Amino acid sequence: MIDPIFLLEAAVNGVLLGGVLALLALGLNLIFGVIDIVWIAYVDLVMVCMYLVYFLVMVYGWPLWLAGVLSIALGALLGLGVHLLIITPILGSAPVNQLLATGGLLFFLQSFATFLWTTDHRTVRLALPILEVGGMFVSFARLIAFAISLVAMLGLWIFLRRTYIGTAIRAVSQDREAMALMGADPQRVYFVTSAVGGAMAGLAGALLIIQYSVHPFFGAAFGPLTFMICVLGGLGNMVGAFIASFIMSEIISISGVVISTEMGYVIAFLVFIVMMFARPGGILARRG
Amino acid sequence: MSLGRVAGAALLALLALGPYLPMAGMRQYVLHVMIQILIWSFIGGAWSLMGRFGLISLGHGAFLGIGAYTSTLLWNFHGVTPWVGGVVAAALTIVAALVVAYPCSRFQVVGHYFALVTLAVGEVVRLLIIAERNWTGGSLGLSLTAAASDGPLAMQFADKRVFYYAALVLWLAGLWVWHRVDRSMARSAMEAIGEDETAAASVGIHVTRFKVGITMLSAALTAIGGVAYAQYISYVNPDTLAGIGVSLRIVFAVVLGGMYSLLGPTVGTALTIALAEYLRVVFGLRFIGMAETIYGLLLILFIIFLPAGIYGSLRELITRLRSGVIVAGSARSA
Repeated sequence: MIDPIFLLEAAVNGVLLGGVLALLALGLNLIFGVIDIVWIAYVDLVMVCMYLVYFLVMVYGWPLWLAGVLSIALGALLGLGVHLLIITPILGSAPVNQLLATGGLLFFLQSFATFLWTTDHRTVRLALPILEVGGMFVSFARLIAFAISLVAMLGLWIFLRRTYIGTAIRAVSQDREAMALMGADPQRVYFVTSAVGGAMAGLAGALLIIQYSVHPFFGAAFGPLTFMICVLGGLGNMVGAFIASFIMSEIISISGVVISTEMGYVIAFLVFIVMMFARPGGILARRG
Repeated sequence: MSLGRVAGAALLALLALGPYLPMAGMRQYVLHVMIQILIWSFIGGAWSLMGRFGLISLGHGAFLGIGAYTSTLLWNFHGVTPWVGGVVAAALTIVAALVVAYPCSRFQVVGHYFALVTLAVGEVVRLLIIAERNWTGGSLGLSLTAAASDGPLAMQFADKRVFYYAALVLWLAGLWVWHRVDRSMARSAMEAIGEDETAAASVGIHVTRFKVGITMLSAALTAIGGVAYAQYISYVNPDTLAGIGVSLRIVFAVVLGGMYSLLGPTVGTALTIALAEYLRVVFGLRFIGMAETIYGLLLILFIIFLPAGIYGSLRELITRLRSGVIVAGSARSA
């Protein structure tokens, strides 16, 4: 029998992992909901930003917060670039081609990263303590990452609710055709969405590098999980994705301790498959 | 179409004579590349049986992995011949396909959602293989135990030519199945389902039966391809035979060639493998990752500029040129 304290520790770590997953999923889900294209390479953009932070901090000795700001800027640029160069020409193509074009980007980023930086795992070493709370060990780095991602999500929420362009973005994700009739410029909405989604990837990169080591196949490790969270939450549904992140992270974290890491992911994916059959519109959708 | 038939017969003769053509010391290498092209074309063809009707699976790695591991494990631990192993592998994947496809069809999981569900299935198989490392070898993979003596019973041959002809026969069998499906009632039914499921059901098409049936066929063929590949390479690895990576590779090759035509998957597979080999030879060990980088870049460009696939676009062009000639000819006579 496993000591309950380990389960509790796993649950706490699950919440912390959930915060980061939610950040990844919210950026992708924003793009997903508005442009209706799955960016298979989304987490690979995060990987590129992680490398940027690694080099700025470990090689050039920049402070972490400044590297993080630059990472957000790079993410926004990458998001815009992907939209202009890859998505715009294929907006009207068959869904499978749209999926595959970003899949080609995934191959490109993975192998280009291998070419530039080899397959070595790289970590930003921070002298942060590990907190002990009632016999549980919680990494301070994870706690900070969790807090910042919560703040970022709150910021995104305010942006979507309180600004004109945010309202336009929400309008497109609800009804694409009607939105254009209302006089908002779809091109502009797409640009802003891609840039904001990319900036979220940059922030996620800066928060992930202090917890995980970066390597060219980082995207393959987190990518599938991120899409599944978006779909599980309901495409374009921010609150749903937020809840789904924590469900998935708790499953992974707790079954990882009870059985094994791989089985944790297996169970999470199986839950996703079953939920797809039971609630295809996402966990918050009413059964139609 | 007689010109096409002549070209086809010439190509077939060339392929049949392949191992005996003079190749100046490159014979073993050329045969190795050809065998891979034939096996992966067969697998790509199996995928396109579903893909052409809008059932975009990103999880064919699951069927490939189940197939390759079933026959390899049965041989290594129980000495079961891959002939029986292959049948067991096909049977297992048919069950797996049924378990996935039936609920997908019943609950109308289509489009993006179908792609993501199959992607999850592929990852589940990959992770299960890694998790059961005590008998699957985990992420280190598993080598096929060498038989006491080569021969058809063990499906192990020292001579690459045997593998070449076996792969050629397999590929032709795959084309034959594709052609049969193309000419059957199932094709019309599946096309109707792909366009509008509700409308198809309203004219009496049994949607679930057709969808599940084509998925099982595609999965079983993919498993057989996996067995063939495992026998040839005599090594299996969860990252090369299951999961998202290999699943995407299959889809890329097929879409690149064009999934709506008989030879599209083969053209796409041949091009991607030839390109990867060429880039590998050019860059070698000097720039690790460069070959794949160019490959990824070309994939994006092809998908943007040739959305119907290379073979599909070529055929369109030829048809347009021909009709252009006819129009010009009739204009002159008039």
